[in-house]
Amino acid sequence: MKKYTDTGKKDTRSGFGDGLTELGKKNKDVVALCADLTGSLKMDEFKENHPERFFQIGIAEANMIGIAAGMTIGGKIPFTGTFANFSTGRVYDQIRQSVAYSGKNVKICASHAGITLGEDGATHQILEDIGLMKMLPGMTVINTCDYNQTKAATIAIADYEGPVYLRFGRPKVANFTPADQNFQIGKAVQLQEGTDVTIIATGHLVWEALQAAETLNENGITSDVINIHTIKPLDDEAILKSVKKTGCVVTAEEHNFLGGLGESVARVLSTHHPAPQEFIATQDTFGESGTPEQLMDKYGLNASAIVNAVKKVIARK
Amino acid sequence: MADYKALEDLVVQVRRDILRQVHKVNSGHPGGSLGCTEFFVALYNELMERNEKFTMDGIGEDLFFLSNGHISPVFYSVLARAGYFPVEELNTFRLLNSRLQGHPTTHEGLPGVRIASGSLGQGISVSIGAALAKKLNKDKHIVYTLCGDGELQEGQNWEAIMYAAGNNVDNLIVTVDLNGQQIDGATKNVLPLGNVKAKFEAFGWNVMDIEKGNDLKAIIAGMKKAKEKTGNGKPVCVLLHTVMGNGVDFMMHTHDWHGKAPNDQQLETALSQNPVTLGDY
Ligand SMILES: Cc1ncc(C[n+]2csc(CCOP(=O)(O)OP(=O)(O)O)c2C)c(N)n1
Ligand SMILES: [Mg+2]
Repeated sequence: MKKYTDTGKKDTRSGFGDGLTELGKKNKDVVALCADLTGSLKMDEFKENHPERFFQIGIAEANMIGIAAGMTIGGKIPFTGTFANFSTGRVYDQIRQSVAYSGKNVKICASHAGITLGEDGATHQILEDIGLMKMLPGMTVINTCDYNQTKAATIAIADYEGPVYLRFGRPKVANFTPADQNFQIGKAVQLQEGTDVTIIATGHLVWEALQAAETLNENGITSDVINIHTIKPLDDEAILKSVKKTGCVVTAEEHNFLGGLGESVARVLSTHHPAPQEFIATQDTFGESGTPEQLMDKYGLNASAIVNAVKKVIARK
Repeated sequence: MADYKALEDLVVQVRRDILRQVHKVNSGHPGGSLGCTEFFVALYNELMERNEKFTMDGIGEDLFFLSNGHISPVFYSVLARAGYFPVEELNTFRLLNSRLQGHPTTHEGLPGVRIASGSLGQGISVSIGAALAKKLNKDKHIVYTLCGDGELQEGQNWEAIMYAAGNNVDNLIVTVDLNGQQIDGATKNVLPLGNVKAKFEAFGWNVMDIEKGNDLKAIIAGMKKAKEKTGNGKPVCVLLHTVMGNGVDFMMHTHDWHGKAPNDQQLETALSQNPVTLGDY
């Protein structure tokens, strides 16, 4: 088994902030917009370095998306920043018409995604955003797993022409992917090789999947672990190759099982290579207040839940 | 005539409740809560006509909607101390499986809460709906709403403000917590609101100021005047000039405590400025 080490817990939103800082220095067309959450989104440094390219919109997310869309006309590359809930559901039609349908090069950067937002509770914990965004034609949907990957993704999406939804989170989590990684949109990352099961994870669940694979390995079960950071376009090829080998799959995400990564994987499999699948995801429910760990535990979004799902899915082969 | 001594005691106790709630879970929003404490105490104990028992429909009583849901600590404390649920339950604020969610919700069935809030900018619309339902029910009672000043930057408010005036929703009193602060700084630096009074007036509202928004007497007198203005064809707006973090010297006049809890030392200092009156939960 490959060994992955946590080089020190960091929040993925800081990866976004640091990526944006770097982009600010190297790409003069990058502009940043925020809706009264500069600190939470870690956009302060970009703001300090480039006050003329930072736009404080106020608590007005719909206006922010519209302004961002307008700024692309003239060649700017706008990065909008607010919580995931206010980046998607709040402004869905603005994104749909002014960004996606109009084919505008806006990068919608969303922090505090999922249940690990914690104590603020369900009003702020969106578990539907992947579904909302992946349904929009032409929208690229990325959900990164750690600080390094979020930083790399932030930098990479500036060079990609087209609308992107970049999803990351609030809590400090293991940082284990390489600092110098070459982030390729739409390309799955194989983290472990095995023959008994494929575990496909995204976001905060990737580290949990690695922990699960270790436990399973101790029990004589070997797993392919795949980090899907890009949910759309999905790396069908990597998924099919793995499942053809293992014959079953567990998907893991911090999102509702309706509309998430799991459903995208199920579509690929049912079309090309039907195989048993178990879903680690929230079960069509809203979240609630609590600490991130408590919530991940209560809603079955951690390594032990993945281990159980793997045992179940292998039995269904 | 109000028993001001009793109300003042309640204000101090509610401040303690706010501070202790957010301190325990190291999260939540003390600044806006403290700034609106006197308003909540006056509203629930002097101004609103309330039924003994909580029902969702609230027929035959005044209703209150909190649009700026992040100031849940003051809402919860005042609800508990008005008898809607046991004060001990304040101990569960923001904990797993609690009815006292980070932002108010109906999902867990907490008595006193009629709509979820937290995502800003939606409360005035909901209040208009409830006010219209009262009219359809021939219920003469009033709908009260509180919203933040930063919150007014959300466009939906202005859709609602236009609607209420255009449709004579005159059983509605919207209070704006005019503390001049929001998350990223002073409202005038983040996105200037301009002349809020002139804006509401231009939309066709009856607008009045309560300059001393942390003074119980001024609030009670002002809100009574606001109530007299209802039923005259226009919705009523009260601009409540408050001090964010009021009652705790180091939390006042700054946005720093918008969403930050005090540490142990800070809590002690803050509580020493607000000694026990009615008893802690
Ligand atoms: C739609 C939406 N956008 C952003 C936020 C994040 N947020 C919570 S409170 C707040 C500032 C609100 O300012 P104000 O209404 O003045 O309240 P105060 O800070 O004075 O308590 C923001 C931006 C939110 N809750 N909802
Ligand atoms: Mg304010």
